[in-house]
Amino acid sequence: MTYLAGQRVRVAARTHEGHHRTPAYLKGRTGRVERLHAPFTNPETRAYGSDGLPLQPVYLVSFAHGDVLPSPASRAADRIYADVFEHWLEEAE
Amino acid sequence: MNDHDHDHPHEPITNGDESAAAARVRALEQLLVEKGVIGREDVRERIDWLVSRSPADGARLVARAWVDPEFKSRLLGDARAAALELGLDPGPSPVVVALENTDAVHHMVVCTLCSCYPRALLGPPPDWYKSLPYRARAVSDPRGVLDEFGVELGDDVEVRVVDSTADIRYLVIPARPARTEAMSEDELAALVTRDSMVGVAQPVTPSALPA
Repeated sequence: MTYLAGQRVRVAARTHEGHHRTPAYLKGRTGRVERLHAPFTNPETRAYGSDGLPLQPVYLVSFAHGDVLPSPASRAADRIYADVFEHWLEEAE
Repeated sequence: MNDHDHDHPHEPITNGDESAAAARVRALEQLLVEKGVIGREDVRERIDWLVSRSPADGARLVARAWVDPEFKSRLLGDARAAALELGLDPGPSPVVVALENTDAVHHMVVCTLCSCYPRALLGPPPDWYKSLPYRARAVSDPRGVLDEFGVELGDDVEVRVVDSTADIRYLVIPARPARTEAMSEDELAALVTRDSMVGVAQPVTPSALPA
């Protein structure tokens, strides 16, 4: 599944035993694809001695700050951007 | 001597004033060397490389972008290629992204999971960048953190916190200060601080420079 810039995506809410690079505060959150970076080796297998193949596309995804970590100081337009590996993304409405 | 109970005596695991983290790293290095995974020379070379880097390289990229709009477009399109164009070492990451701060948008960079940082262009990260409070609060209360760093932003500015969660490295291009039209590229580079390229400070203003 390839996602396009502007598309709404949700970060999978699943747990993962072992090393992974999906921060807990973004799991289950819905955001917007800002750009597709490139395919990278998978840190979840690379951390345990594998070559990390097959490569996984990595996307820059943005989230409304208020949807993720509401703070009295944050403004409606403020956003959090994070890099998310494709296998952690799902299509969102 | 040991202050815990098991069946052999030994000296304390720590070594004088050495911190627990340093002792752990030393033990890990020893094991990796013994197992032939790395050599002492590899460790020394990497440390030499890291300490040879400085924010002056990032500042050169920013100053060039301030004086040359076409270079700025190339920097925003592919910061790795733009660094190579100036003869700079962009580092091992295959993707380096430059983010432009403007009157309307302010980017700040954090790595909530560890301490990912564009070391090739900025040198070693400052201790606060690696600290748990910065890593947590940069995402939970970015405006509060920026305020503590002395960055005053209007309510109409969009704050974008960029959490560097993968292999991509991010460099902020701060907005060029006012009243710098007459300055040369080298003079401009002196205004570009490390913190301004992480997005937690504005560049130095010319009047604040030592005479």
